[in-house]
Amino acid sequence: MNGWSALDRFLRADPRDVGCAEAMEMLHVYVDVVAAGGDAEERYPGIAAHLRACGPCGEDFEALLAAVRDDAG
Amino acid sequence: MTPVNRVVDEIPARLDPESAEWLRVLGADGPRREAALARLHGMLLRIAQRETRRRGPRMLIAGPELEDLAYQAAADAMMAITAKLSQFRGESRFTTWAYRFVILEVSAKLGRHFWRRPDVRLEAEDWDRLPGRFGFEPARESEWRDLLAALRRAVDTELTARQREVFVAIVVNDVPLDALAVRLGSNRNALYKMMFDARRKLRVVLAANGYLDDDDSGRS
Repeated sequence: MNGWSALDRFLRADPRDVGCAEAMEMLHVYVDVVAAGGDAEERYPGIAAHLRACGPCGEDFEALLAAVRDDAG
Repeated sequence: MTPVNRVVDEIPARLDPESAEWLRVLGADGPRREAALARLHGMLLRIAQRETRRRGPRMLIAGPELEDLAYQAAADAMMAITAKLSQFRGESRFTTWAYRFVILEVSAKLGRHFWRRPDVRLEAEDWDRLPGRFGFEPARESEWRDLLAALRRAVDTELTARQREVFVAIVVNDVPLDALAVRLGSNRNALYKMMFDARRKLRVVLAANGYLDDDDSGRS
């Protein structure tokens, strides 16, 4: 990804984005769908849009998913 | 932004056997509850330790301080979980619900810790670091110089004072969102929404001036 596309991607504000509070409120549900192989993006597009755009929430998502997968492994 | 609450109604409230067992023993009295609490604490602590070790170096934290932070996160998560046990509605596995508390505790504690770094100054504005933030190559400066100059003008003229302060801290100075929330007495959600509006404003201006595609789909 070059600088132009990185900046363009950063500035795009997806109207479906639910914000941090709602995404974190539902994070456990979203993670269980992902861990089970379900289409979480299809079921919760607003959360998916948020996790793509918000670095801290995206990092919390990855951390929770890793913890759940560790349990399963 | 779209409310997400409606999705809760679509989720079956059936509990898997393991989650049901967690609720049963944690809701009971005596040694079985104590054993379950100890087991849960051990699980939370392992997650906290892994996350603090992974994220700590970025915050320049290491050694016993990092270990203390993990223990504090696990302890605070345990308190929150036991206090909110009645709020668990079976929308996920119990352990996934519980793990979320410790992950969020780690994030919050690392955010508070950020300001102990000696090199951090909120007031500094080092715009020379901006090209690197987005991966613009120095060798091709002639291609992006005008774009970033236009971006900086838009930051100065289009954003409110508060939006500008938050944009500069996060984008230019690379202050983590959680750390900035601590410093400004705010929270992650409020600052994200402020940035959300700022990003949209800036993109409209840059598109209107021909620097970015005039595409308002807003979807990545």
